[in-house]
Amino acid sequence: MELLFFYIFAGVALLSAVLVVTNKNVLHAALFLILTFFCVAAIYILLRAEFLAAVQVLLYVGAIMALFIFTILLINVMQAQFLRQFHGQRPLAGILVVALLAETLYLLLGDVRGNFPLLQDRPPETAGKAGLEVLAHLLLTDYLLLFEVASVLLLAALIGAVVLARGDLPSVDRR
Amino acid sequence: MVPLTHYLTLGAIMFFIGVWGVLTRRNAVIILLSIELMFNAVNITVVAFSRFLGQYTGQIFAIFVITVAAAEATIGLAIVIALYRGRDSLNVDEINLLKW
Repeated sequence: MELLFFYIFAGVALLSAVLVVTNKNVLHAALFLILTFFCVAAIYILLRAEFLAAVQVLLYVGAIMALFIFTILLINVMQAQFLRQFHGQRPLAGILVVALLAETLYLLLGDVRGNFPLLQDRPPETAGKAGLEVLAHLLLTDYLLLFEVASVLLLAALIGAVVLARGDLPSVDRR
Repeated sequence: MVPLTHYLTLGAIMFFIGVWGVLTRRNAVIILLSIELMFNAVNITVVAFSRFLGQYTGQIFAIFVITVAAAEATIGLAIVIALYRGRDSLNVDEINLLKW
């Protein structure tokens, strides 16, 4: 049953991911990416990471993709769909991607037991609430420094975005 | 019960779809969308390992990846707006001032 749901969500995620990178219309690509993010959230639930699924929907779909769509609507990119969509390095990129994918899959799946000896065949069942408690405890004890650095990073991104996107202000007459 | 290898395969394929988008598309916004796709693929892999190792460190990493992705998207879109304002074009092969 779980396997069936995994195949459904993985299939939809991969299909819409392909549509993201091949779509002519930027707005449609962004909407297909939202579909991919929802499927990834469903896969987090299959992985018993309920908190991450909620964060995925709230942050990715609610914040990041809203930002993307606002930007797409702000800059008039609708005429861009009549331009050439791919540049000349497409065949080379195709060869590179297929080779790298084959290599990655070979390295990951060739000898899973030998590469990752600590893996468990049957992952332990965790109750959702206990998992969230452990997560919050880890985040505010072992990874507290990382937590604080992330807040500084977000502040820097905030200031940087305002400075970059502001453009030239009309000069104020100071007399 | 879904085996770990399925999640790893899904993550790898999704990551390389994103790589393909970054390498071949001309539109800067679609390149940013492909980068988000790659972040998500990495998150799937990390969370899958976290579950099958029975510890939560992977989920913490995924949370920080999402945070960094938010910062990256903000800065990236600000650069896109600045580019569009300056050059009226988002085609990355036309933005080649620094190209040798």
